[in-house]
Amino acid sequence: MIDGLDSAEGVSPVARLQGAATGDRIFRTLLTIAALAIPTLLGFLVYELWKGSQPAMAKFGVDFLTTSTWDPVADKFGALPLIFGTLLSSLIALVIAVPLSVGVAIFLTEFAPGPIRRPIAFVVELLAAIPSVVYGLWGIFFLIPVMRTTLFPLLQKVFGFLPLFRGTIYGNSMLAAGIILAIMIMPYIMSVTREVLASVPGSQREAALALGATRWEAAWTAVVPYARSGIVGAIILGLGRALGETMAVTMLIGNRHEIVASLFAPGYTMAAAIANEFTEAATDMHFAALAYVALVLFGVTVVVNALARLLIWKVSKGRASGGAAL
Amino acid sequence: MSRPTLLLGLALAAAACGGGENPPAGQPAATPTPPAGSALTGAGATFPNPIYSKWFDTYNKKTGVQINYQSIGSGGGIKQFTEGTVDFGATDGPMTEAQLAAVQGAVLHIPTVLGADVVTYNLKAIGATQLKLDGPTIADIFLGKITKWNDRRITSLNPGVNLPNQDIIVVHRSDGSGTTYIWTDYLSKVSPEWKTKVGTATSVNWPVGLGGKGNEGVTQQVKQTDGALGYVELIYAISNQLSYAQVKNASGTFIVPSLASVTAAAASATFSPDTDFRVSITDAPGADAYPISSFTWLLVRPDNPDEAKARALKTFLEWMVTAEAQQIAAELHYAPLPAPVAALVKERITTLKAGGKPIA
Repeated sequence: MIDGLDSAEGVSPVARLQGAATGDRIFRTLLTIAALAIPTLLGFLVYELWKGSQPAMAKFGVDFLTTSTWDPVADKFGALPLIFGTLLSSLIALVIAVPLSVGVAIFLTEFAPGPIRRPIAFVVELLAAIPSVVYGLWGIFFLIPVMRTTLFPLLQKVFGFLPLFRGTIYGNSMLAAGIILAIMIMPYIMSVTREVLASVPGSQREAALALGATRWEAAWTAVVPYARSGIVGAIILGLGRALGETMAVTMLIGNRHEIVASLFAPGYTMAAAIANEFTEAATDMHFAALAYVALVLFGVTVVVNALARLLIWKVSKGRASGGAAL
Repeated sequence: MSRPTLLLGLALAAAACGGGENPPAGQPAATPTPPAGSALTGAGATFPNPIYSKWFDTYNKKTGVQINYQSIGSGGGIKQFTEGTVDFGATDGPMTEAQLAAVQGAVLHIPTVLGADVVTYNLKAIGATQLKLDGPTIADIFLGKITKWNDRRITSLNPGVNLPNQDIIVVHRSDGSGTTYIWTDYLSKVSPEWKTKVGTATSVNWPVGLGGKGNEGVTQQVKQTDGALGYVELIYAISNQLSYAQVKNASGTFIVPSLASVTAAAASATFSPDTDFRVSITDAPGADAYPISSFTWLLVRPDNPDEAKARALKTFLEWMVTAEAQQIAAELHYAPLPAPVAALVKERITTLKAGGKPIA
């Protein structure tokens, strides 16, 4: 391409075009390589995990996913509590973060007075820039001591009839991990939702208002449905982050390899187990089991994402939408 | 100025004496000094990282030999050493037979300093009173068989202390670590049930308790939870002023964990002259021995084909067991090797070879 430009003067248009074609070809090749690099990288990643987990796969097979013993001394491994913990902590995070962040986004695009929109959006997005370990430390030194003396006993008092809120309150728990995850994924859900809502054409609102809707009704009946596949996309983005989050969760979840109904009980996640045990895994089987966990985590992420795409596709079928935001 | 030089000279002289076909001592000490700027790499345990960094730095200033150490954990250290990607490894738990079998050639464990675990706890009802515990009681707490602070087994060890009827919240390490290795090694020795049910490793299947990441994670959970009990590294407990318990040792005395009582544990262990140093000193017999103590080791090849590196490593190791280097360890709160062990290590270092030949 550069050649083509340099020799532009005094060269026949055909030659110039040919030069450009060569440039195009090179450019195209480069881009193709760049595009292929990502799937190749992913391929290698999966292959390495698959290869690394072979001993564990051969020994435990599918039982790995359904059993609960994790005994590095006896080389006996089952990942069910880890899978359960990963899914549950992410679910708690979504339950807390989705209403909050979608609410903030609707407020910012539909209701907030002009001057405060930017500062609030900026502050929420700033949350995304805080490193995970800082969240973990904040959780340890602030969130947990506060929760243990205020929110947790309150929940137990009010909802104590549910098994979810029974048992000893340790502080470090599934619920604490879910809450920190909620705070961590909020900025992602909020900012994507805000973008999606902002891209809803003004005519949607105007039409609803012209029909006599209040601002609330206009937002809820005309704007949000229009953007709903985009909002689902935003939630999936948050979920993806919650599933893989490691450091802050490890610091707050209590790291107990067990499935307990109570949210006040400690739990464990796949990412936390890998982070905790990989460096000191003593036996080959222990290594293989952790690689197997990584592979399962990868699989869970793929499945969740596929389901999400399916959901968006269902939601947006036959509708104009902000689905392009994904 | 003259003291270090003298010590180095002594170390070199000692090295010269050890080898069979060496010229007699008194030969100019200059010959074995490794070339300035040569570099060694090592990887492994995180627990001794502060002292190793200090040693390598001090040694570099003295001799110009650069030693790079990555503190990636004992497991990683053993792995890299086995694969031959580092010149030496470092570990808090000795290599197992299976791990040794995976290494091409032999492995020499060199004890460097000592570490210990303490039982830390937080019980508002007793304030700053120092509790007394023994091995079987600790094991049963960690097995979930003793669940209350006023259990008869604990109260009988602590006459006069008014222990409350309160749950014991057990806290352990969630990450694999040498600290856990020492802990479980001790519990396996004092409790047959622990040995069969749980065993000894850097991470185990905990019967009860919460997991905290790192010494700091365990400390946080213990400090914030009334009624909690956990274990942390002695140095960490000292530098963070945690309250910790006295533990009854094998000869029946309650021992306050300290550098001196940890060194005493190592001194009371018996070594055969041909020991491979893979010796566990938990539950050591000495009257003053703190029972939850352990060596931490460097892993080296007894016969290294690369002569320059073999020589550099040997010279460093010789310096490491000198009183000067061990004094630096004590300053950083690492319990130094007792003199007989240091002498034994020193003697063993002289057997290091390069390409099948003794290192001159």
